Amino acid sequence: MIIDLERFIAEEKPFWDELEALLDQMEQDVAFSMDLGGVTRFHFLYQRASADLARLDGFSAAPEFRQYLESLVARAFGEIHETRERPHRFAPRAWLFGRFPQTFRRHIRQFQLSLAITLVGCLFGAAALMFAPADKEVLLPFQHLMGTPAERVAKEEQGADKRLEKTKLTFSSHLMTHNTQVSVACMASGLTFGIGTLMLLFYNGVILGAVIFDYVTAGQSIFLAGWLLPHGVVEIPAILLAGQGGLILAGALIGRESGLRLGQRMRRVWGDLVTLMGGVALMLVWAGLIEALFSQYHEPVLPYSVKIGFGVAELLLLVLFLAKSGSGSSATPPGGKNV
Amino acid sequence: MSRGRSNSLIVRTPEGIEFSILLAGPVVRLLAWGIDICCISLITGMVGGLLKLFSIISQDLGLALITLAGYVISVGYGIGCEWLWRGQTLGKRLLRLRVVDEKGLRLQFSQVVVRNLLRVVDGLPLLYMVGGAACLISGKSQRLGDIAASTIVVRNPELSLPEMERLGDDKFNSLAEHPHLAARLRQKVGRDELAISLSALMRREELEPAARVELFGELAGYFRALVRFPHETVAGVSDERYVRNVVEVVLSRKKVAGRM
Repeated sequence: MIIDLERFIAEEKPFWDELEALLDQMEQDVAFSMDLGGVTRFHFLYQRASADLARLDGFSAAPEFRQYLESLVARAFGEIHETRERPHRFAPRAWLFGRFPQTFRRHIRQFQLSLAITLVGCLFGAAALMFAPADKEVLLPFQHLMGTPAERVAKEEQGADKRLEKTKLTFSSHLMTHNTQVSVACMASGLTFGIGTLMLLFYNGVILGAVIFDYVTAGQSIFLAGWLLPHGVVEIPAILLAGQGGLILAGALIGRESGLRLGQRMRRVWGDLVTLMGGVALMLVWAGLIEALFSQYHEPVLPYSVKIGFGVAELLLLVLFLAKSGSGSSATPPGGKNV
Repeated sequence: MSRGRSNSLIVRTPEGIEFSILLAGPVVRLLAWGIDICCISLITGMVGGLLKLFSIISQDLGLALITLAGYVISVGYGIGCEWLWRGQTLGKRLLRLRVVDEKGLRLQFSQVVVRNLLRVVDGLPLLYMVGGAACLISGKSQRLGDIAASTIVVRNPELSLPEMERLGDDKFNSLAEHPHLAARLRQKVGRDELAISLSALMRREELEPAARVELFGELAGYFRALVRFPHETVAGVSDERYVRNVVEVVLSRKKVAGRM
């Protein structure tokens, strides 16, 4: 209990001022760091302010002083008690070839579920088009897919050399942003306990299945493979990875497997979500470029064999990358270091 | 850690100290978001204006860069600002808000990214209706992105140490001349009355003259009735002076005769 408030303040104010100045400096300068002496002094000032706050406890005659000290202690508390490892300098190579594929493999079950739901959607889309061909415009509400596949192939092959002649990059940038938005939505929908993610994956599958069925039954499999494979083998897995992220998020939200509290469960998955979404963004940039600059060219400008070969090679490399890259180095444990 | 008052979070440190963090409500957060939207529009417009120069080389390239820049700025603004400014965007900075870890700790980069990416869901169906509803329901005023990233948005009102000099001058305090009555006064004056008197004295210049006279009249009347000092001691002492003398005696600003 403080007997003499004025004396108490006069004695302690220099320490509070020093702590406040230090905190201001920390908050304003991102690169601010302290040597051992500085850290020791900072810790001393924090403890002193905490002790002063405790002495003011129950002294309701001075609410302003208490409020002021509380704000000082709260600000210093975050700095003093933060024991989580701070991010190391970002190493893009190590992240891309190590952390990203490791994270993917660590949550392979969620990816498998994401893939399974998409495949179920594909089957549903194909079956829907098979049993109700009249509903094609409902299933595939896209202008360029409205006509018959044969008409489109003829049109594309006729005008392939002039297609997107002056808007290739703009088209590519639109694809990148749109696909990234869809992926983010797919991941974020994990917040709906995964229901939103599953619905988005299923819907993507339905469209994909209906398109494949439409073109294959019309005898345009080669065109379809040449059109879809170059960008699709990266774009579709990217959406699946976003779905994987959404399911990881949903898993943490539901918390089936552990007795941890919500906050603790979430803390375990942040880093992995950010890593996956970073990888997804990179994949979609690549897919956007390929779709605009490569996929839209057909025979006679580009032989289908080249396009299909390119797509298959990409797929093999992607599978190899996700399955093997970084397997030699130590994997980061779940809930471990966060970026 | 627990919810204290309706708009604050009580944190108990390992040292056993408790302090409260003021939580930001949905309205003030919406205002900050409005400011941020203006900033994003402004930055996008400025960057777009610069990138238009690429149209001299190729219109396609110029348009592509503008499209990409618009998206990167809209997503990156929140992430970049909150990471570099320790939980603040320009809107939050202006309204003195800050994103912090829900345990009062420093933000981590992954937390910043997660809470910003999940805006997609909070923004549904429009104008952050989902996020706003979550904020109202949540015990810690968290939108869904905050819940997932274990973050809270706090208010940091500008606080400075009240100056004790504002209590008044060092004039003679007649109450201190009667140590036994002063001791009784110290014993009888409650914390709440003392807090009110202290606040009234510190803010007396902000009060309207009539309100000031009335307030100090009531306080002095209360203290006069609490402990009766000899008539000659308090004769001619104004109400405000009387209250100031009481506070000084209770807070020991003036040493009571015979005491340290």
